[in-house]
Amino acid sequence: MTGASRVEVCIVACAEAWRGDGEILASSIGLIPRLASQLASRTFAPDLVLSDGEAGLVGDDGAEGWLPYRAVLGIAAAGRRHMMMGASQLDRYGNQNISCIGSWAQPTAQLLGVRGAPGNTINHPTSYWVPRHTRRVFVERVDVVSGIGYDRAAALGPPGNRFHEIRLVVTDKAVLDFQSPDRGMRLRSVHPGVSVDEVVAATGFPLQLPDHVPETRSPSDRELRLIRDQLDPAGLRDHELGR
Amino acid sequence: MADKVMSIAEVVGELRSGMTIGIGGWGSRRKPMALVRAIARSALTDLTVVSYGGPDVGLLVAAGRVRRVVTGFVSLDSIPLEPHFRRARQLGAVELTELDEGMLHWGLLAAARRLPYLPIRAGLGSDVLRVNPELRTVRSPYSDGEELVAVPALTLDVALVHLNRADRQGNGQYLGPDPYFDDLFCLAATRSFISCERLVDPAELRSGGPAQSLLISRMMVSGVLETPHGAHFTSCVPDYDRDEAFQREYAESAASPQAWDRFRARYLDADEAHYQRAVS
Repeated sequence: MTGASRVEVCIVACAEAWRGDGEILASSIGLIPRLASQLASRTFAPDLVLSDGEAGLVGDDGAEGWLPYRAVLGIAAAGRRHMMMGASQLDRYGNQNISCIGSWAQPTAQLLGVRGAPGNTINHPTSYWVPRHTRRVFVERVDVVSGIGYDRAAALGPPGNRFHEIRLVVTDKAVLDFQSPDRGMRLRSVHPGVSVDEVVAATGFPLQLPDHVPETRSPSDRELRLIRDQLDPAGLRDHELGR
Repeated sequence: MADKVMSIAEVVGELRSGMTIGIGGWGSRRKPMALVRAIARSALTDLTVVSYGGPDVGLLVAAGRVRRVVTGFVSLDSIPLEPHFRRARQLGAVELTELDEGMLHWGLLAAARRLPYLPIRAGLGSDVLRVNPELRTVRSPYSDGEELVAVPALTLDVALVHLNRADRQGNGQYLGPDPYFDDLFCLAATRSFISCERLVDPAELRSGGPAQSLLISRMMVSGVLETPHGAHFTSCVPDYDRDEAFQREYAESAASPQAWDRFRARYLDADEAHYQRAVS
């Protein structure tokens, strides 16, 4: 196997978000999270349930279930789900914005709308994939809290916040989590070839930095074969990272 | 049993300015676009549109028919951001009630069940409560005492949905993979009008798919109409997929008022038959 590309490292890092989740719905928005969920399910997380992107559930041998949107919303409320979605803005506590930029009353840029982010983050684990790690995304304060972060969850208190968990934030540069004393975003690992300083400089708020920041693990030969030969033989992944 | 077949003009004639209209489908999928186009051509104003939003919202907003949109998103799916809605929001030209997708579901469910609200966890801690200051929370009256969002019933004056097949009495059948929320829209509304690809007799409806594909019952329906290719350019599988090339053309018409005028003149200003000829 030739060495892993950056995007292949990202796919494996995203897949790691679902490690240990067991038999739950692994939902994903976008190509990289989708490839990652498929990789996880074919390797270390075989019990994951995957959607076909429409109303079907797909197992190794094809269709294994039916999950139209109304049932997806039901599964979210039931908590049997870990979703990886995108983020136009993220702050240090993991508040996410996909609604709009600027004032909500009259935005400078209308984006998607909050979609299911409020419900996802209050009901089940959520992770984020950010293809371009910049200060435009990683901001001191998000303009609209769509997915809620740890400060909002703490303000809510129990029992309302008991299902809240932001597991991982994976970017083109690094993996981040919230395993810090104040639940502020922590640099968990940097991808091969990326320096800690580079990540710090691309982040618009102070990151929690452990004494030693490890390197994101490289894909195994088996993982690379799966990605290259089976999951994405057309190489669509190569167009997904920010430049 | 009553024959409920109507024309597009008759359905639009039942609508009034200021009404709250729910539109079925999801994003750019199985939207009752023939009816949406007819409303865009009408003189109706100040509509409130409740929708899992796609080009239905964008087109009606661009045509100036809408005062308020109630939604969790407006997207063309393959084009993530709906450009007409985007433009209107950025100009401050349309009011918005922005809800989580689950809250929208719960609001329709509450209306369909004739409940004033339904409690939900979604929304807690998020800015959905900030941007909708009229939303209230409730505390569980049981020993857990949990505080939840009270999603108010999204009661509709009219629901418009598009099905693959229907009969003249208003029984409607979906043949694609997802019913979306179309039955809830119908039950949440005082009156519901369903368009379909093809009107068939009840025997063909029964043989066309499994019993559970008969999503809409005539007891939910005030009127039914045949609008072949009527969901175009949204998808209406298995009858047809989304027309991606045309959707791009639609999206590009948001580039300027002049581009919109050209699009409107070419496709929308005449009638549905003209539209179907123009896109075929």
